[in-house]
Amino acid sequence: MIYPLDLLLLLFLVVCALMAVKLRDLLDSIIVLAGYSLIMALTWVEMNAPDVALTEAAVGAGVTTFLFIAALSKTVRREKR
Amino acid sequence: MTDPGGVSIVVRTVSRIMIPFIQLFGIYTIAHGETSAGGGFQGGVILGTSIILLSIVFGLKEADRRMPRELLTAFMCVGLLIYSGIGVLDLLSGGRYLEYSSLPLPLPPHEISALSILGVEIGIGITVMAVIILLFFCLAGERDA
Repeated sequence: MIYPLDLLLLLFLVVCALMAVKLRDLLDSIIVLAGYSLIMALTWVEMNAPDVALTEAAVGAGVTTFLFIAALSKTVRREKR
Repeated sequence: MTDPGGVSIVVRTVSRIMIPFIQLFGIYTIAHGETSAGGGFQGGVILGTSIILLSIVFGLKEADRRMPRELLTAFMCVGLLIYSGIGVLDLLSGGRYLEYSSLPLPLPPHEISALSILGVEIGIGITVMAVIILLFFCLAGERDA
């Protein structure tokens, strides 16, 4: 455990989560969510849970991004104001 | 330099080279599940991701030709059968469900346990791979009504 690194990662997590909610372009939101999963996986490795980190990287950054994009292609990309 | 599908030759070549390695890594993750990080679920997801990459780059038709839906449905059931079959074998040999050491094999108990866990992980991996690919096929393949 390296506390400054933990704090930095958690700060990035909060920023990514807020951006994913606030962005108007839904494709941007999906990409930011993939980045969120990547940082989350780094946090799991930092907390000595490599098993969970592997799951997070494979499912969070990989499969859900595909599924979100496939779902987005059925609807409109931009959120209405 | 693009084909009618709009995917460039760089993407096609790189994914043609990378897909076998992704699948190899998935099998490695399944096989080493009990000794290091990983396991059936993670390895199955990685295996499924390789087929999803194939269907993104080369089109759904090509992926459907290599991995037909009937085969995926069969994989789903076979993985579940492997998992529950090992559990039922333990029941038949006098133990509890998934109590590995009750299997009558001529091996020390911890090796029986390791072998059974490997079998269970393989079952989970096959099922998860088939479900992930089918989810993507069903979501991306259906024409909008």
